[in-house]
Amino acid sequence: MADVNRGNRPLSPHLQVYRLPIPAVTSILTRITGHALVAGIVLLVWWLVAAVSSPGAFAAADWVLRSWLGFLVMTASAWALWFHALSGVRHLFYDNGLGLEIENAKRASWGIIIGSVVLTILSLIIFFVS
Amino acid sequence: MRYITPRKAASGLGSARSGTTHHWNITMSSYALVILTPLFLIAVGGAIGLSQPEVVAHFGRPFPGIITALFVIVGMLHFIKGSQGGAIADYVHGTAQQLTMVAIAIFGWGVIAAAIFALAKMAFTIIAI
Repeated sequence: MADVNRGNRPLSPHLQVYRLPIPAVTSILTRITGHALVAGIVLLVWWLVAAVSSPGAFAAADWVLRSWLGFLVMTASAWALWFHALSGVRHLFYDNGLGLEIENAKRASWGIIIGSVVLTILSLIIFFVS
Repeated sequence: MRYITPRKAASGLGSARSGTTHHWNITMSSYALVILTPLFLIAVGGAIGLSQPEVVAHFGRPFPGIITALFVIVGMLHFIKGSQGGAIADYVHGTAQQLTMVAIAIFGWGVIAAAIFALAKMAFTIIAI
């Protein structure tokens, strides 16, 4: 078959060589953050239940929550929560037919990434200052 | 004469089955969570680092107690729906899919029950600080 455009065709994308567009990255991250938030809520609810169980149980949960591991989980959870929330708000806009143009979706994706980091840092500052 | 239209025979047999209800559930809970999320961060952020009696007293107060309860309930129901329909239905199939969905529901409701138990106990605890 004669092909007039043999040299200038897009290459068949393979998952391992395909560079994901930024809206695809934020879409996948929304699912991942939604599921990863399980770690944060389990840690917090364990801490709440321990607080009404016994001084020993609370001491253990509180030690974990305030350890470097707990700090890591809570900080990561705060970021995941802000990211998932911002991305969820974008979905509410999408549902109403707003922001669906590719350029807007790209811009909103960067807004979600940068916004979630800024809000996480703000949350940490407010937590440690107040 | 049959009054049933062909729509009746086709209803619910699309590829998504009950997808619109599911989507509506997620949408409604996400509206609630947009409001609850910042309030929850304030309620919980103010309690981390307190002693045990102070934590009990903190969540025994109306604002932190009610916000935390609402966030855990709405959040976990949002998670159950989102995980079952948004992720598991895409990647797991057959018996494994059903078992995974049951496991998610048990886990989600377990977290809700544990949180409500703890918060209720705190609400009914009178501590002199």
